[in-house]
Amino acid sequence: MANESISRRDILRTLAVGAAAGSVLQVISAEAAEYVHQMVHKEKAAAPAGNYTPKYFSASQYAMLVNLCDMIIPKDEKCGGAIEAGAPEFIDLLTSENDKFQLRLGGGLFWLDGYCTDHYGKVFLECTPEQKKDVLDLIAFRKNAKQDPSLSQGVSFFAFLRNMTCDGYYTSKIGIADLGYIGNTSLREFPGCPTLPE
Amino acid sequence: MSQVIRSPKQYDVCIIGSGAGGGMAAKVLAEGGLSCALLEAGPDVHPEKDFKMFLWPYEAPHRGAGVGGHARENFGEFLAPNGAWHIEGEPYTSAPGSDFQWFRSRIVGGRTNHWGRIALRFAPIDFKSKTRDGLGDDWPITYEELSPYYDKVESYIGVFGTKENVPSAPDGVFLPPPKPRCTELMVKKACDKLGITCIPSRLAILTKSVNGRLPCHYCGQCGRGCVTASNFSSSQVLIPPALKTGKLTLITGAMAREILVDKDGKAIGVSYIDKASRSEKRINARAIVVAASACESARLLLNSKSVLFPAGLANSSGAVGKYLTDSVGSGGYGYFPQLEKMPPHNHDGVGGMHMYMPWWKFDRKNDFPRGYHIEFGGGREMPGVGLFSGMNREEEGYGVSLKQRARKQYGCHIGFAGRGEMIPNPDTYCEIDPDVVDEWGIPVLRFHFKWSDYELLQAKDMQETFRSIVETMGGEYKTRTSIHGDLPFGIEAGGKIIHEVGTARMGADPKTSVLNGFCQAHDVKNLFVTDGAPLVTNPDKNPTLTIMALSWRASEYLLDEARKGNI
Repeated sequence: MANESISRRDILRTLAVGAAAGSVLQVISAEAAEYVHQMVHKEKAAAPAGNYTPKYFSASQYAMLVNLCDMIIPKDEKCGGAIEAGAPEFIDLLTSENDKFQLRLGGGLFWLDGYCTDHYGKVFLECTPEQKKDVLDLIAFRKNAKQDPSLSQGVSFFAFLRNMTCDGYYTSKIGIADLGYIGNTSLREFPGCPTLPE
Repeated sequence: MSQVIRSPKQYDVCIIGSGAGGGMAAKVLAEGGLSCALLEAGPDVHPEKDFKMFLWPYEAPHRGAGVGGHARENFGEFLAPNGAWHIEGEPYTSAPGSDFQWFRSRIVGGRTNHWGRIALRFAPIDFKSKTRDGLGDDWPITYEELSPYYDKVESYIGVFGTKENVPSAPDGVFLPPPKPRCTELMVKKACDKLGITCIPSRLAILTKSVNGRLPCHYCGQCGRGCVTASNFSSSQVLIPPALKTGKLTLITGAMAREILVDKDGKAIGVSYIDKASRSEKRINARAIVVAASACESARLLLNSKSVLFPAGLANSSGAVGKYLTDSVGSGGYGYFPQLEKMPPHNHDGVGGMHMYMPWWKFDRKNDFPRGYHIEFGGGREMPGVGLFSGMNREEEGYGVSLKQRARKQYGCHIGFAGRGEMIPNPDTYCEIDPDVVDEWGIPVLRFHFKWSDYELLQAKDMQETFRSIVETMGGEYKTRTSIHGDLPFGIEAGGKIIHEVGTARMGADPKTSVLNGFCQAHDVKNLFVTDGAPLVTNPDKNPTLTIMALSWRASEYLLDEARKGNI
């Protein structure tokens, strides 16, 4: 990633000689800007996926995180899910830098294991898919915590993790394509509205 | 801190701050032939590497959330080098019961690197506030006096818009506007039904080439900074021509501490901290232009105490730091099911709204004085962190159904934000905190802030208007605001709109104002203030264009006085 941003910088610097410090007359052309955009795109496409070593979570916690992200935004018939989008890596990176996240997510994973041990006699990762679904069906909705206050910490944890997973997924290439966003490119003219909905 | 290093060189002018006001002064004064030193507290900016133009969220490891997710507190990591609400080592305080948020940008160009580019003229009536309704004060200058400078600024920086003859929003020298987005056409239709004026916005973004700067390429990312300088920033549009004259010396990392005066009360130079060497240095100059941002300029004047000026420099009136205002801000959003059927298309446009609502109820009696304008945006914007936090709060769940919901809801929201005029009040001001200094040993500001009923009633009207627009469009208004509590009707905390002005206001009477109509201090003839501090009122028009017009006018006056040998 570091190499990519350096090379992007180098290209921009070459193209924009004088744009900042020299004269306002020396600026890069729209074609050059479009070229830069495409370069960045290619660099990213060539980035290796590789195996990820968590920065904050232990191996078992990270496996749990991956499992939960996968359940929150799974792969479907249209496209990949949170795992393919790199959401667990994103969450781990941010958590490694923020002690509040560490408490909420690290503590939340402990809570979840505790809950599963109490109810199923085993930790979350060892539960059956049905048992996992049963737990999530409880902690994915605030109304359940109103009926059973012992769930409230789990509900709060899950709401936080769901937001983080959405952030990771919908900032990824597949997540952005999933939504059908078109843009982030150089246009000569803005075309305006194709057709106004009724 | 070791010894004070004195430079033997004397400049004609020392300018403090390189944003809209300081950058404009640097351009006009250097092109006018004066030798200028420009002090900037932050580093230089390098658009080609600092600006994140065209970067996809997934091309940055933090995806826009910033290290530890903290960038979300300061508008995200992709914005142009943008400063923050809190700067390490440079605190400010709020008096008990006050909540004032102060956004500072320590970098060449200051906040113009990332600002919203909304470039609105004040109206003739905005200069005659007291005559109009008995509140606040009149300006010492008229619209007619400032109007030629609005023309010059617009012609030079490039502003798009249309001639509309709306009395509250005077027309200017405009480039053609971009075509409206779908969401904007929908809002316009509802506004027409409701009798709300909705017109093309006026933004400092080029839709045609100006002075060799390329027109906009419609990536929708002006806030990130533009490598092609197709939008206005001081760092790319004002500082370069000033440097080209060879008359300007730009000194970065220079935190002004005090303006120095001689025994006759004339300003003779500026003492500043060179942040890199952590040493104190000094610039000698025949005239000083202070443009450090309204509150920072007030701080510098208040900290420049001497036997002749015991209450701070140019403060015989006691008005420095007083009359502080920010814009009234309140926002809300609606959900529009008809947008679910919208086919994917490029919705980016310029970085900001293509249409807006100027104040339209100037012809009737309202529950509050003055007025507000409405900004709006939404639709199929580039996804980013936090995009679905609202959806998750409302609908919860997980799995494939969550994904389907996101697909359906993406692009179906439109947000509205009111920006209104605050009336200066005696409970709102800044002063030097007697107990706190920053890491450079410079005493810091303490803020006092209070909204009055005038502003609260304005925020209430904003909320009612947003709801009526959303419902007329067939949408569902989602924002719920409290009537009581700290921030009723969704009114933002003071400072949050980042339009803080008024802290060294101009006026005809030296007993109640700091500056004359040329931004020249009543008490110190070779001292000028050319940022937001001179503004007598803070109408519902974002202040940047007026700051630049005032700065241009003040700089021409300074040039003229220098030629006459008066300075």
